[in-house]
Amino acid sequence: MPPELAVLAKPLAAAILGGLVCGVVGVWVVLANIPFVGVAMSHAAFAGAVTGLLLGINPLLTAAVFCLAASLLIGPMAERADIEPNVSLGIIFSVVLGFAFLAIGLMRGPRAEALNLIWGSILLVSAQDLALMAAATGAVLLFLGLFYKEIQAVLYNREIALAVGIPERALFFTMLVLCGLAVTANLSTIGGLLIFSLIVNPPSAAYQLTYRLKTMYLLSALFGVLSCLVGLFVSWLTDAPAGAVIIITSSAVFGLALLISPKRRAGKGLGTRG
Amino acid sequence: MTSTSAVSLRSVTVSYREHVALRDVSLDIGRGDFCGVIGPNGAGKTTLLTIINGLGRIHGGTVGILGETATNANFGRLRRRIGYVAQQERVDPRAPVSCLEAVLVGRCGRAGLLRRLDANDRDRARAVMDLTGTAHLAERPVGQLSGGEARKIALARALVQEPEILLLDEPTSNLDPRAVRELGELVVDAWRRFSLTVVMVTHQLDHLPAVANRIIMVKNARVAFTGDRSALKDARLLAELFADAA
Repeated sequence: MPPELAVLAKPLAAAILGGLVCGVVGVWVVLANIPFVGVAMSHAAFAGAVTGLLLGINPLLTAAVFCLAASLLIGPMAERADIEPNVSLGIIFSVVLGFAFLAIGLMRGPRAEALNLIWGSILLVSAQDLALMAAATGAVLLFLGLFYKEIQAVLYNREIALAVGIPERALFFTMLVLCGLAVTANLSTIGGLLIFSLIVNPPSAAYQLTYRLKTMYLLSALFGVLSCLVGLFVSWLTDAPAGAVIIITSSAVFGLALLISPKRRAGKGLGTRG
Repeated sequence: MTSTSAVSLRSVTVSYREHVALRDVSLDIGRGDFCGVIGPNGAGKTTLLTIINGLGRIHGGTVGILGETATNANFGRLRRRIGYVAQQERVDPRAPVSCLEAVLVGRCGRAGLLRRLDANDRDRARAVMDLTGTAHLAERPVGQLSGGEARKIALARALVQEPEILLLDEPTSNLDPRAVRELGELVVDAWRRFSLTVVMVTHQLDHLPAVANRIIMVKNARVAFTGDRSALKDARLLAELFADAA
């Protein structure tokens, strides 16, 4: 293999793993109608990572801790009848963003490493990053494989899932935690401020194209991987920030899916019939 | 709690912050009863149903289900024996869930974790869809149903669970007279066929099937009356029940 292609091996693996795992957890986020959770999670991971950099701790470790804390706060807060779920998410979002900018502000010297966490750098992915991404992808796919029918029930209707005897709270919170893990694992490649787009755009595109959940998972993972690969190659060829290109690509895929969507074309005929 | 009770409530109180949804409710519903829960809007009827299947949390008292005192530890298991048709299940018309998949959700609890649904589960789902006249809807997205079809699918999902108790929350609201009649016949047929205990909430007395042998009247978070069907002919009682209703 030519050396210039050999250096792409790790970024290619990162693109495939990142697109795959974000595509899968994105289906949960979109079908549970909690896109803002992805936003709050990604910013929590970003805040955790820059806090880690400030304190001299492995940023991925602190990103995981912040993400886990956010996921464990989001679930119970969203269930409290006296706080609107979007309000609780907004509060968590503002808190983690405050932490992130506080940590950046307190840093001495160059802040390139912290700023890298905003954009991500898929071309510079390390073996450690790759191992974490593989672990996150494996955990998400294992969970999906083991609890497919229960996850489908929870995504269909949480109250009904509970009513038929499924432990829906435990499953829903595990889904949130795994979302956090996926976000953390992709922090250094996609970037903390952009990753939520990769979680929301591919499944939203898939949602436009199918009425089958399994097909939605497959399409979403495919669109995620495709977006990451396009981002990687454009970045390699032009030196453009990979994270930004990945997000623009995934947004374009969504736009295209919306244009050709059979659901949209049938739009006026759709809807609950009286 | 008696062994013949499907549901036994003792001094049950439910509140949401300062709002008391049910206050000091005690009642028994016998196994095999067809029980109508009636009362004006906001009286506490739906809350009564949700404490029977544990979706609502009680702040005082005890709930007995099928001979067992319900606790956080055993409610998950008890729920598998209770079918529930919620008031309205809003589903996005674009949602990637077919009617057959929606019905199969009812098998998930009984199947247990880490077990895939098999051909037997699918056969049972199709049999119940036949019974409820929804077999032809199997592949249709569940968000693209009429009101009557959606209630039948919800009923099929509850029945495929093979419940001993069937809870119905305003199953006939916003349906046309034909759909009301059809759904009522299906519920009565299921009650007889599967020897169910049925608890049906409604605020439309004429929607309560004639076989309903037990009436619970709820007003202002309290049980105002429990007795047999003859209460529905008591004009004074009904006038009092709906006295302040708009």
